[in-house]
Amino acid sequence: MITARRLMLAGAAVLFAVGLGACGERDQVTVYKQGKYQGKPDARPWESDPAASLYTTSKWDKGDKTSWESAVKTRNLYQNEATRAN
Amino acid sequence: MARMKFLCDAERCIECNGCVTACKQENEVPWGVNRRRVVTINDGVVGAEKSISVACMHCSDAPCMAVCPVDCFYRTDEGVVLHDKDLCIGCGYCFYACPFGAPQFPQAGAFGLRGKMDKCTFCAGGPEKDLSKEEFSKYGSNRLAQGKLPACAEMCSTKALLAGDSDVISDIYRQRVTLRGKGSEVWGWGTAYGKPDQPKAARAGAKS
Repeated sequence: MITARRLMLAGAAVLFAVGLGACGERDQVTVYKQGKYQGKPDARPWESDPAASLYTTSKWDKGDKTSWESAVKTRNLYQNEATRAN
Repeated sequence: MARMKFLCDAERCIECNGCVTACKQENEVPWGVNRRRVVTINDGVVGAEKSISVACMHCSDAPCMAVCPVDCFYRTDEGVVLHDKDLCIGCGYCFYACPFGAPQFPQAGAFGLRGKMDKCTFCAGGPEKDLSKEEFSKYGSNRLAQGKLPACAEMCSTKALLAGDSDVISDIYRQRVTLRGKGSEVWGWGTAYGKPDQPKAARAGAKS
């Protein structure tokens, strides 16, 4: 008799849990995961030979990032006409 | 170096479309594709007309990269957003995602089929051998690999469009704004929205 009561209680507990589970709310919004680039690798600009380009004032040591950056910065500052005019 | 960025000074842009022409010429952009264009508001309204040159802004958190189903976008060490045309399927999701309308789709066939996406590369080419024929035909000129900056900015006659390291161009713009005037003139209503009363006063002065 006691066993039957326990079984009934257990069954009721399971039904209760399942019933409540139906009331649960799942996240409806997709969480975006950043994709990974699938294409070909690209060379860096400072890896190219500065002698290969025509009509440029920029000079840097091939493969040297710092010298390329300073060359580009020099070129970049040409855009400031305030320093050129005054 | 920080990140490569464009900065357009709406106070200086005179809607000459020189940047558009320079981009077309430099990269041999096909008919129907505009990697760069000039947008004008209040067109024809004296004192209120403002123009700005727009292309891919090379976003730090680019939405085109986020939505691309084939992950054909990548960002270089200099912060330039580029893509691999061999992977692109021309779906157009990037066009819907981009707030600037930067991605362009050439007509690939007689019935207006959408070709592979084309956009501003900050004159940095793409994932082909630098300064090669293949790179030029797919992505256009690679001026960064020649120690140059984008043709649009370097060709800008009024220097409204600045391109390059964001720290450097911000400094240039900051200095320019400081030289424009002082006190309330620097950031005031007149600087932001034009001074419609001044030309009238100047004209009246010229007549008398």
